[in-house]
Amino acid sequence: MGKTIAEKILSAHSGKDANAGDIVIADLDFMIGQDGTSGVAIDVFNKMEGGKVFDPSKVAIIIDHSSPSPNEGVSAIHKKIREFSKAQGISLFDIGCGVCHQITPEMGFVVPGNLVIGADSHTCTYGAINVFSTGIGSTDLAAGMISGKLWFKVPETIKFQINGKWPKGVFSKDLILKIIGDIGADGATYMATEFVGPAIEDLSVDARFTISNMAIEMGGKAGLMNADKKTIEWVRSHSKKTFTPVESDKDAKFAKTMEYDVSKLSPQIAKPHTVDNVSPIEAIEGLEIQQGFIGTCTNGRLEDLEIAAKILKGKKVNAGCRLIVAPASKSIFIEAMKKGLVQTIMDAGGVFVTPGCGPCVGTHNGVPSDGEKVLSTANRNFKGRMGNNKAEIYLGSPATVAASVIEGKIADSRKYM
Amino acid sequence: MLLKGASHRTKITDDINTDYIISGRYKFKIQDPYELAKHVMEDLDPDFFSKITKGDFIVAGRNFGCGSSREQAPMSIKYAGISAVIAKSFARIFYRNCFNLGLPLIECDTDNIDDGDALEIDLDKGILKNITKSLEIKIKPFPKTMQTLLEDGGLVSHFKKHKGFGL
Repeated sequence: MGKTIAEKILSAHSGKDANAGDIVIADLDFMIGQDGTSGVAIDVFNKMEGGKVFDPSKVAIIIDHSSPSPNEGVSAIHKKIREFSKAQGISLFDIGCGVCHQITPEMGFVVPGNLVIGADSHTCTYGAINVFSTGIGSTDLAAGMISGKLWFKVPETIKFQINGKWPKGVFSKDLILKIIGDIGADGATYMATEFVGPAIEDLSVDARFTISNMAIEMGGKAGLMNADKKTIEWVRSHSKKTFTPVESDKDAKFAKTMEYDVSKLSPQIAKPHTVDNVSPIEAIEGLEIQQGFIGTCTNGRLEDLEIAAKILKGKKVNAGCRLIVAPASKSIFIEAMKKGLVQTIMDAGGVFVTPGCGPCVGTHNGVPSDGEKVLSTANRNFKGRMGNNKAEIYLGSPATVAASVIEGKIADSRKYM
Repeated sequence: MLLKGASHRTKITDDINTDYIISGRYKFKIQDPYELAKHVMEDLDPDFFSKITKGDFIVAGRNFGCGSSREQAPMSIKYAGISAVIAKSFARIFYRNCFNLGLPLIECDTDNIDDGDALEIDLDKGILKNITKSLEIKIKPFPKTMQTLLEDGGLVSHFKKHKGFGL
């Protein structure tokens, strides 16, 4: 019987013949925490009498969620993280370095075939470069830091076969929103997902990260893709680690296969207050918004800023609206400056904040007011997510946000292409 | 083991996410779990915490605990005095986090449990009794791994007892 990517990676890391449903204890190649989860992980590490981290070269903590600190409570957690990182000799990415899910692949910490955990639910992002990576909580991270291992239930896999040619103005964000709308917020609970097909191969690695990042929004444990020539080039340009890509066997058993044709896809919007509440742009355009946000581990990459800048060039953000931009990492920010993208977006009236999670998690950098509507490129639109439970959050692609802030209402980006 | 207490439900029943359980407004800055617990489910019901008596249950529909990996979510439930969460299904990361903290999650049909119903759960027999409605509801047995974690009182004591994973 053939195996899926998930079964193969969990077999290779546990030394067992792992099949869906089995419980295995597996060796971890890398693990991360962020400032919202690492404070608790450090407390648990100490309660477990952790002593020293099993291998400091395999652990990184990234301060991204509230960065720089907006209050003394957060400052105390940041201090705890800095002291722990120094004492343990692990990599620390302090304020302004960027979002954990950009830093981890960008620094070359993870490569195809790896098994990775992160105390952040969007750790599934690295599936785009053929890494089995999954989100866990702080206690699991503490156990991982001590032992270098974690237990896993080997998941079944849903395969998404993505065909067709991408229309102008339609992006990977629109596809993943469409899929989540169809399958629901728990449509892939406890399952791995695999995205394959010519339309995936046509995407840049940046655009692929957007899809894998949102696998958790349908309950998925991993959002896997094959490593093709683009992946291998991307990984080699970021990492010196050796690797062997992993693909599912032709006779692997999938829980189900779903097919999509992107040729017929239009821009998609997730409406308040769940990510699976999705409409095509045609059903919602014209709705007034007061804030646009471009950034996050979903859509804060260079390609995203390029798309936004192209639409905003020579235009102005509508007087009734604000635009906040948070590049996903410092190196993206610098590259965007070199390319003139920052100037273009600022000339249009956009405001840049520190590379990191920005206003996505509701701690700072743009908390909306009561009754305001925000259109964001993030991955979650839960009530209260951005810090005010009386605001409404809509999700779309960077192109949709750029077009919409010009009009001050949700707009179809295709007319700006 | 026998658990007894009252049911607490909110108007929203499916897809209750970890942001609803404990908002980012609090979880990123408050380290004391008892302080965090005062804000549990606040965005769904501002008085939620004040209605809880130690040993009570949270009852919900499908996909409870979806969203972020924040362990502050199960922590604030546990430190609010809740002895178990009862739902039709749970999201994966939340599920692991609860058993790691020694907080049992009960999977069963919850359509016949209303807010305020008196409940009794016999974990050994796998039966939930709705005393108010004189009903018995069968609960899904815990997987072996989760049973072991619960018996050991969560992952911290499990890890110390076995000097690593004893699963």
